Amino acid sequence: MSSPATLHFPLDRWAAERPDATAVEDPARGAAITYRGLAELSDRARDHLWQMGVRPGDRVGIYMRKSIDAVAAIFGVLKTGAAYVPVDPDAPPPRCALILHDGAVRVVVAERRLAAALHASFEPLGAAPPMLLLDEPAGDALPLAARLAADAAREPAPAVETVHPAPDALAYILYTSGSTGRPKGVMLTQRSATSFVDWCSATFAPTVRDRFSSHAPLHFDLSILDVFVSITHGATLVLVGEEVGKDPLRLAPLIAERRISVWYSTPSILGLLAQYGRLERHDYGALRLVLFAGEVFPVARLRELKALWPAPRYFNLYGPTETNVCTFYEIPPTIDPERTTPFPIGRTCAHLRSRVVDEEGRTVARGSEGELVIAGPGVMAGYRNLPEQNARAFLVDDAGERWYRTGDLVVEEADGVYVFHGRRDRMVKRRGYRVELGEIEAGLAVHPAVSEVAVVAVRPDGADVRIDAYLGVPDGRRPSLIELKQFCVDRLPRYMVPDRFHFVEALPRTSTDKIDYQTIAQTIAQTIARSHATAPA
Amino acid sequence: MDAIGQTVKDYILETFLPGEDPRELTDSTPLITSGILDSLATLELVGFLERQYGIELQAHEVDQSRLGTLDSIARLVRAKLETQA
Repeated sequence: MSSPATLHFPLDRWAAERPDATAVEDPARGAAITYRGLAELSDRARDHLWQMGVRPGDRVGIYMRKSIDAVAAIFGVLKTGAAYVPVDPDAPPPRCALILHDGAVRVVVAERRLAAALHASFEPLGAAPPMLLLDEPAGDALPLAARLAADAAREPAPAVETVHPAPDALAYILYTSGSTGRPKGVMLTQRSATSFVDWCSATFAPTVRDRFSSHAPLHFDLSILDVFVSITHGATLVLVGEEVGKDPLRLAPLIAERRISVWYSTPSILGLLAQYGRLERHDYGALRLVLFAGEVFPVARLRELKALWPAPRYFNLYGPTETNVCTFYEIPPTIDPERTTPFPIGRTCAHLRSRVVDEEGRTVARGSEGELVIAGPGVMAGYRNLPEQNARAFLVDDAGERWYRTGDLVVEEADGVYVFHGRRDRMVKRRGYRVELGEIEAGLAVHPAVSEVAVVAVRPDGADVRIDAYLGVPDGRRPSLIELKQFCVDRLPRYMVPDRFHFVEALPRTSTDKIDYQTIAQTIAQTIARSHATAPA
Repeated sequence: MDAIGQTVKDYILETFLPGEDPRELTDSTPLITSGILDSLATLELVGFLERQYGIELQAHEVDQSRLGTLDSIARLVRAKLETQA
């Protein structure tokens, strides 16, 4: 019997084979669910969503913090043949409403505490979608199970068959920062997802004994590896809550106590664990793989981490949401003490193909800088509702093959390994998150005291990316910094709030009257250099 | 505001709000929900408090109820100093 190649197929298979094995643990709430439990709960979620009108090809919003319920809801959505649209429960509600509206979701599975603000934020957009509201999980009770049971007591949802859609059906839409201020929806198919999961399986050889971390939030593409590679192999997924996940002091003992064997996150939190986590106090004997992605890992911090966690293998995984991981590089067991340059992004994953091209799309000579483009089953179907951006995102060759333009400038070294050189546009990575500087500008531009705005990113030596906002305040009445930060927090995800604000009467302009970003960036670099020169040793 | 509160205030103004009018930052200004301190800045602040006052903060002590305002930070530091004395 050939097995349907869908993301959710392995869950029911493991539920039959190893029903009592633990599928998901939620340490923050002391909760856990077995494979049988997760399969059954997601079946009931499937039936309930079907009764609410969800059909194959639809989309369903997931608007809740990470929990066993959220994982069950995701599998419930997939079992209807629909795609899930995870939305950041900690982002400002107007941004979430915009995403759910753009995704034209049939239903939103949401935490009850978030419902009122979401409804209010939908007002300018039209009718809010129907919501399946869940209480916040407390202890080991599962509000989704309770809610479904209560509804079933009133009006039982008839059991429907699990749908295994075709490979080109959408599996999920992940929204990332958009340069014009509107988040853009990256549409991934069943095929994109399963080809990536298969590559992970071949590369990392997971087993039922593995215990995967789930550090990234569910709206972030790192979560695809966590959730689906883990479940595909009958392993255990250990959920790391949003608060604990940012706090190295609490995270360090959790990784040890929960005997995590496969860790996957951005480099930022790994660097913080090395710096502040007091790792030497705990036993990390179970840890066999440390995977990181999302941004450059400064070598000094990686070296510190490896000294504290010497046993596991380390992999740098690279790839935008549009392709998920597309190149990878294993960090050598010993890092040269003289090395200061970051490690390469590595070789192309086996399920994808890559080229380095110039601005006209012609392959450049090996060793020359160019843009990395990617083709193969892992590549997204496209951006939702953005035909112009789709046209720009792909390079179509003479054979009709679509190559996704990553926007990343790389050089291919003699041994087929890519080295990252920078970006072609104004996208930066901050703590692993993609940030379009234009989205921050669009957010700040609506401030009543601000006439014009330019946002630039600077990376002081070896430190994290810093985001500076230049604000034009023509009448000299500058708003307070505290008020500005609050203004940003109300409109933008936290990782987009600028670190520094500068006030000027008018922004510097080029001879063609465009904002002179270069001059602004130089001014900031000089200020940083001066402050370093005068800082006490 | 006592000496501890003033020291912490100066540190926050200098490190996270350079150029801000000191009058805007009061004892009760929310530091975390307002976006003044993000998770990384909170860690830096904890490092500063530990160095400045020779105290060690436990993981469960690093939260919004204790670090949410200048007032609550000063109370936390005073309590730590008293138990250590």
